Amino acid sequence: MLEAHDIEITRGDRRLFGNLSLALQPGTLLLVTGSNGSGKTSLLRALCGLLVPSAGAIRWHGENIRNLREEYWRHLVYIGHTNALKDELTATENLGVLCALSGVHPSAEQQRQALARFGLAGRERLPAKALSQGQRRRTALARLSLCSTLPLWILDEPFAALDSAAVSHMQAVVGRHLADGGMVVITTHQEVPIPAPTMTELNLDQGYR
Amino acid sequence: MVALLRAVIRRDLLLAWRRRADIATVVLFFVIVVSLFPLGVGPEPNLLRTIAPGIIWVAALLACMLSLQQMFASDHSDGALDQMLLAAAPLGMIVIARAFAHWLISGLPLVILSPVLAIQFDLAPELSPVLTLSLLLGTPILTLTGAIGAALTLGLRGGGMLLALLVLPLYVPVLILGAGAVDAASAGLGADAHLLLLAAQLVVTATFAPWAIAAALRISAE
Repeated sequence: MLEAHDIEITRGDRRLFGNLSLALQPGTLLLVTGSNGSGKTSLLRALCGLLVPSAGAIRWHGENIRNLREEYWRHLVYIGHTNALKDELTATENLGVLCALSGVHPSAEQQRQALARFGLAGRERLPAKALSQGQRRRTALARLSLCSTLPLWILDEPFAALDSAAVSHMQAVVGRHLADGGMVVITTHQEVPIPAPTMTELNLDQGYR
Repeated sequence: MVALLRAVIRRDLLLAWRRRADIATVVLFFVIVVSLFPLGVGPEPNLLRTIAPGIIWVAALLACMLSLQQMFASDHSDGALDQMLLAAAPLGMIVIARAFAHWLISGLPLVILSPVLAIQFDLAPELSPVLTLSLLLGTPILTLTGAIGAALTLGLRGGGMLLALLVLPLYVPVLILGAGAVDAASAGLGADAHLLLLAAQLVVTATFAPWAIAAALRISAE
């Protein structure tokens, strides 16, 4: 389980929020909302360990993630608002590298199926620069269906640039992960209902300033 | 972890192949800079023989500098670097894999071309292997040391110039030992001392630089 104790995040001179505590049990969806600039992405990056909170600690199964490092990251999938795709590599090659970095090594057939489920059948061999914005997002998200064994998913605006078919597929993928006892942290501006055993909403606009 | 590192090296080599023009730029830069000197200095054989190791080594330093800026920049802007920082293997190991791939792409071609370029300077045939060996030991040091600078200047405005100012002074010992090896061999003193010192420096750099690069990358990701 993932816990944050009284964390405070500052960017430059600006204090985004402080005294924020949260706990994420298996099967829980944490929905982070707030206006632009309220610190949603910073909170997610802090939960990943990319950003060190100026105060407080983030713990994974009771251990500070700063001490765990790879031991924590091998349980985590983070998909930021950038897709981390290389323009010159094909969808399959990009997917393969991203999965390998998470310590997952799917076969070519599994990769092809994952891309097909996200509506990218027949486009596996196109370089990422030839894909549309929505297709690039789908390629990045296709990693989730290959990394379902990793319990914690941290997703920054996963529904941005997706069409309704892809959104409903994402809802199903996230719903299934939660039903299997996974943990998901999501930021979104859209009202996307996700079937979750337990859901907590954290609004960053409230409780500070 | 081996499969992960292999995937990272494969990715970098594949990217380099798809961006062939970038590598060609570095290699051509090296060839042209070296070739300009015999034209500019004139065909005095003794002078050319004397300056050959220094010129080839300085050109190799500059060519390495040129390729360093691309090492992390695109991964930083498209988010791929974040994924490496959150990988299931220690970042230091990933950095070693990436530096190795980068050296294969931008360092090894210089090593292979150097004996050919040395002909322009009428460098004695028995000195050519010494020059190649000194570059073979020296260019990985350039890549590793330069990568620390590349990681530190990541995302900075005008980072390219700052990188040169930061890294070139650190290249001085490598330059002295590398060019000095050929000079010593041509003076009949034997290049062993220089080459062994260069090898020692490579071992020390390969041990400590990856962790410095990893720390610098973490800072620039914040």
